[in-house]
Amino acid sequence: MSGGFQTNNPVLKWIEYRLPVFSFVDHAVGSQYPTPKNLSYWWNFGSLAGLALVILMATGIVLAMQYTAHVDYAFDSVERIMRDVNYGWLIRYIHMNGGSFFFIVVYIHVLRGMYYGSYKAPRELLWMLGVVILLLMMATAFMGYVLPWGQMSFWGAKVITNLFSAIPLVGEDIVIWLWGGFSVDNPTLNRFYALHYLMPFVLVGAIVFHIWALHQFGSSNPLGIETKGPQDTIPFHPYYTVKDLYGMGVFLIFFAAAVFFMPNAMGEAINYVEANPLVTPAHIVPEWYFLPYYAILRSVTFDIWFLSAKLIGVILMFGSILILFILPWLDRSPVRSSKFRPIHKQLFWVFVADCILLGWVGANPAEPPYLYIGQAGTVYYFAHFLIILPLLSVMERPRPLPNSISESVLKGGGTAMGATAKPMEKA
Amino acid sequence: MKRVIASVLGAVVIGLGAQGAAAAEGGPELPEYTWSFDGVFGQFDLPAAQRGLQVYREVCAGCHSLRFVAFRDLAALGYNEDQIKAFAAEATVVDGPDDEGEMFERDGRPADRFPSPFPNEKAAAAANNGSAPPDLSLMAKARPHGPNYLRALLTGYADPPEDVEVMEGQSYNPYFPGMRIAMAPPLFEEGVEYQDGTEATVDQMAADVTQFLMWAAEPKLQERKQMGLKVILFLLVLTGILYAVKRKVWADLH
Ligand code: HEC
Ligand code: HEM
Repeated sequence: MSGGFQTNNPVLKWIEYRLPVFSFVDHAVGSQYPTPKNLSYWWNFGSLAGLALVILMATGIVLAMQYTAHVDYAFDSVERIMRDVNYGWLIRYIHMNGGSFFFIVVYIHVLRGMYYGSYKAPRELLWMLGVVILLLMMATAFMGYVLPWGQMSFWGAKVITNLFSAIPLVGEDIVIWLWGGFSVDNPTLNRFYALHYLMPFVLVGAIVFHIWALHQFGSSNPLGIETKGPQDTIPFHPYYTVKDLYGMGVFLIFFAAAVFFMPNAMGEAINYVEANPLVTPAHIVPEWYFLPYYAILRSVTFDIWFLSAKLIGVILMFGSILILFILPWLDRSPVRSSKFRPIHKQLFWVFVADCILLGWVGANPAEPPYLYIGQAGTVYYFAHFLIILPLLSVMERPRPLPNSISESVLKGGGTAMGATAKPMEKA
Repeated sequence: MKRVIASVLGAVVIGLGAQGAAAAEGGPELPEYTWSFDGVFGQFDLPAAQRGLQVYREVCAGCHSLRFVAFRDLAALGYNEDQIKAFAAEATVVDGPDDEGEMFERDGRPADRFPSPFPNEKAAAAANNGSAPPDLSLMAKARPHGPNYLRALLTGYADPPEDVEVMEGQSYNPYFPGMRIAMAPPLFEEGVEYQDGTEATVDQMAADVTQFLMWAAEPKLQERKQMGLKVILFLLVLTGILYAVKRKVWADLH
């Protein structure tokens, strides 16, 4: 048996001998998993995403026991959950707001990765698995939003599925295939329900690989330099287990505030009107976490050569996420953390501002002046990845890196636990 | 760092604000009324909601349905079983088929939903210049700033300005999207006679019926907020303890 797990409890021993689960856990998130000692609270958001997913799956399965996936009953069954099912309102509001909080947490998690260069070698695959997770999340959230069968559910589904008709030659057929008919109708609702139930489990699978890849080299850290020995690390348990638990407490306070005191603030009022294929809402807008992509989609208003405006919009919209896959190769700077990249540090925040700007544009009608702002925002979004980052990689002069984590931490003042550790030679 | 988190969340909220603004564009700004159910401690004003029920029953029910609300739900507004039975009995409900296969009419029971004034949407539209009066069960949540919108709409009827043409069967109401609404002004001074002696001004009735409709749309609001206070209190204590434990565990590090 490996060094970590020790017990005198005969039952645990018996189990461990036959199935070493305890040492497995100990290696995964326990005392045998060495973690950089200098992780900041930004490193809490991975575990928060996991918590959000668990909350969503638990409430989702309970909702499924009362929900009816049929165009004639879906809206009513949700209202029944809200009114007649014991604590149905609670379960539904948790699930509804859980989706939004999942995105808040994961967006922060992703931006953390961008600020601290977590995507750089040797963590490229970890990052790419993250992007897969993001795509799966989006598909899941999009289909989930259709299920209550309100006006925005229906028209959102219609607008987004219709995008595929922009594909030359086969587009129209693909849309009919997606719908399972000639319009968004009962077959569409049914398949979305089936997929909405399935995808979170696929998501869990992707997360297993994400964590597996994470454990290969361990977490990066705010300094962006590798750990060089035991003096740089602390065991995950108890240090980060307790820190993650504290983070979860803070998260739950925000989450509960939304669920109990403003449960509909992040939703669209019009979705409390049952879907009506004959009445188009004045403004069709997606959930807030899709607004930036929606702005990108609608910013293209001109055909280029044989490509229709719609098709370019669709390509750019999907491209805005897919581009994250190659981020590790666009940013060639050898320095990970923006702490030591004075220009990247600022342009990172400009990028964040650009995303928020695009979100704001996405919430507004696609007409001037919003249209022009959205076009500028879209150009900047892609320029950030395709021009700014590659140029910065060669032009920016990074500040000198500290020799090691422990040295940097020590300089920060206070006494270190590993004070006896000998200084490491330079890597 | 928490400040940064707060500002990111703040930005999200601003984004949502913009969304709300976009939805309300065109008409005048909605007035900001204060409601008893606003805020963390907000609760329904039961006497107002009861008056609102009276307005609904005597005025709105002639055209609008309330299909998600059952008579028995009125217990939450402070009515006792006999009163609820009496309300229900005033309604006529189509039931059946009976043993002969015939549909029949009977008096309402507490478990029945509020009946619809029209047999179907087509009939409702035909009787109202082509626009069917929408169901009101969720109306207070189904429009941006629902309660403020409802009260403003119900009190907002006015003579149209010169440049706005209003067709036969429509009324000018600046708060309605498009400003021309197929609902004739439903409320008139002293249109109902309140049992508790409250003076039935148009604004009073509008406020009361809005209070009632907010309850109809969100009947679990009180339960939700009461539970929320307890949950938040618990989480504050729990998080405080977790923070203390975290400090203690990490104490030997820095
Ligand atoms: C004479 C029939 C009639 C009565 C009585 C009536 N309404 Fe209406 N109402 C309508 C019609 C018709 C519409 C549809 C208007 C349209 O779409 O232009 C409507 C629409 C509405 C709307 C929706 C506005 C929107 O944003 O779409 C609300 C809210 C409303 N009524 C509330 C009430 C309330 C509250 C009462 C009672 C005080 C009431 N109505 C009484 C006929 C009526
Ligand atoms: C369901 C959603 C997700 C879950 C549950 C999840 C979970 C985790 C966990 C538990 C960690 C370790 C703790 C941490 O460093 O924060 C982690 C790390 C990481 N995740 Fe995710 N993640 C999710 C989505 C994503 C996405 C969408 C991306 C990127 C597009 C991503 C990129 C990363 C990276 C790069 C790391 C390593 C960070 C570092 O070591 O510096 N993750 N993830």
